[in-house]
Amino acid sequence: MIDKIRDLDRRRAGALHSVGDRWRALPKWQRGLTFVAFVAFIYYLPLLGIPGLTWLRTDSISGGSNWAGVLFTCAVYVLVAIGLNVVIGLAGLLDLGYIGFFAIGAYAVALFGSVNSPVVKWFQAEFDLPPTWAVTWAICAFIALVMALISGVILGWPTLRLRGDYLAIVTLGFGEIIRIVARNMEGVTRGPQGISAIPGPEGPPSPDNQIFGLIDIKPWYWLAITVVLLMVFAVRRLENSRVGRSWLAIREDEDAAAVMGVYPFKFKLWAFAIGAALGGFAGFLFASRYAFIDPTQFNVNLSILFVAMVVVGGSGNMVGVSVGAVLLAYLPERFREIADYRWLAFGLAMVLVMILRPQGLIPSKRRARELKDRAAEAEEAPAHV
Amino acid sequence: MIPRPLSMQGDLVNFADLFGHIGQHTVDGLSKGAIYALIALGYTLVYGVLRLINFAHSEVFMVGTFAVLGLWTAFGVQNNPPIGQAIIFLVLGLIVAAIASGGTALAIERIAYRPLRRKNAPPLIFLITAIGLSLVLVEIFGLVLPKLLGEAVPSIFGRARIILGMPTIIEQKTLFTVLNTSITNIQLIVFVSAVVMMAMLDWFINRTRYGRGVRAVAQNPETAALMGVNQERVIMLIFVLGGIMAGAAALLWSMRFGFTQSSIGFVLGLKAFTAAVLGGIGNLRGALLGGLFLGIVEVYGATIFASNWEDVIAFVVLVIVLMFRPTGILGESLGRARA
Repeated sequence: MIDKIRDLDRRRAGALHSVGDRWRALPKWQRGLTFVAFVAFIYYLPLLGIPGLTWLRTDSISGGSNWAGVLFTCAVYVLVAIGLNVVIGLAGLLDLGYIGFFAIGAYAVALFGSVNSPVVKWFQAEFDLPPTWAVTWAICAFIALVMALISGVILGWPTLRLRGDYLAIVTLGFGEIIRIVARNMEGVTRGPQGISAIPGPEGPPSPDNQIFGLIDIKPWYWLAITVVLLMVFAVRRLENSRVGRSWLAIREDEDAAAVMGVYPFKFKLWAFAIGAALGGFAGFLFASRYAFIDPTQFNVNLSILFVAMVVVGGSGNMVGVSVGAVLLAYLPERFREIADYRWLAFGLAMVLVMILRPQGLIPSKRRARELKDRAAEAEEAPAHV
Repeated sequence: MIPRPLSMQGDLVNFADLFGHIGQHTVDGLSKGAIYALIALGYTLVYGVLRLINFAHSEVFMVGTFAVLGLWTAFGVQNNPPIGQAIIFLVLGLIVAAIASGGTALAIERIAYRPLRRKNAPPLIFLITAIGLSLVLVEIFGLVLPKLLGEAVPSIFGRARIILGMPTIIEQKTLFTVLNTSITNIQLIVFVSAVVMMAMLDWFINRTRYGRGVRAVAQNPETAALMGVNQERVIMLIFVLGGIMAGAAALLWSMRFGFTQSSIGFVLGLKAFTAAVLGGIGNLRGALLGGLFLGIVEVYGATIFASNWEDVIAFVVLVIVLMFRPTGILGESLGRARA
């Protein structure tokens, strides 16, 4: 049985490989054209209506399809996956508390942008502002980015010197702490009641909003996908820069990298902070679209889901993690009848992928080679575990 | 009136309560920490030999509590049975929990870790696999079994992911009061049996033939293999031993707290791991020390702040320990536990 799966997987990988090679062999203008067509298609997606694929049953909107809403979730998850990929895939740091940064971004816009938040009320009382005053959405976006970035540095500073597996557990604890703090600090976050009336680009949610309303999700999707495309571009540039090469060097052999003049701590902190900022921004988008958040939305399972997206998709490869994110966001929505079992399926997927194909479904070539090297070493010299 | 939304409700810290009843809090902490210590042994054993964090160990404990619940339900145990019956149920519970937990730990090793070890996978891959497995186990007990067996055994798998109550086996009674500190029978049983279990494990590792094998592999796997130690067997042994200790912890937990849930393992596992690191991971006596210390710190912290901050305290302790003394109080190393 397992051999059969292995064999199938090998054939699939071979096919994928040749696709990649052929793609790279195409002339530049053809590649450019395909890329433009692909981007146009991504923007067109919410208008698509293929029965079975895009007609998703919804419980929130009667008779309607929540296809755009599902696409929005996919886009946010892709953003998360890209951010987490910087941390896990490029720098090789296992961050199990990514939900913490996501929550910080979400709470940043909630606390500063919503008229219901205690922080805004405090500002109003302190500076004699009108009761409708709140920080503008665009500034909230900036605050969310900066807060997530700073929290990434604060968490990374003491912990990044730790060994990898310790780091994983500490970050897991961090994600849980953020949730408990959001639940317990009722004076600041309104605790379990949550914060409503979180603003969108057009201000707080109201029926007068022309574009970014609560019913039509398409504009939200277009907004999110624009952010995703920008971030993909930015991270790709980063990947091929001095910083990106340093990350790869650290991931593959930290000591060797240090000997070669790469200061691991500095670059790890960079990866951590950039990843945190991206996660925070994803949380920011999530909170503005739903206009309401409470601490229960940021539980640990989601953190593990994020890790699953990256490792199942193929850590280190941006296409891979995006595919992983889309799959893990789309499938539970498509198969709602059995969506209860999604955590079981995610867990199984993680175990199976790690045992059978640790480099992920669509691997980064470099990472696959690294793992293969290690396996070969194990065959030459067993015993050392 | 100017609203003061940023103010905190009540006192921020409460030292009066802590110092007023310091003995009581210490006793509470010790009996709580004893359970942490038993679970921590599983992390420590595996880490000492394989240098990897068995993240799924928390679920080994969870399976143990379900085994105890299943046994007591099967026998139709009522609240406060006569003392003779209570002892029988406890002993049977220990055996069943140890078998269930040990078996789960062994299965985890065979199914997940062994193929990875063959491939010499990096530690992070082990960790991700363990997280996946832990999710699978939680879902099996929280969702799959309730769907399958919900009608057959409604008292255990009635509804998905609920908190399941257990019968009170021993009624909580204050045994004696010293210096304004009352010690209950359950606290005493938990503490004494945890220490006895650990002493037995310590004896096993340090004094027996098998234990010598474990220590040898922990010190140097290659040399141990050359000296005729079967490494695979040692690895199986440590997983089973860790599982048995988790089973014992599950029984004590069931007796003391009287409930279980499919998601019970997560926080408890993290705390036990903290305890293991605190005492020096890979060090058996360190696990005891770390567990007791963490239990006390947690009860003190929950008194000073508020009980809903309790879970944060363990994580903060973990971060502080890792920052300032990553080897823990006693230092890590199973191989040199008795140098």
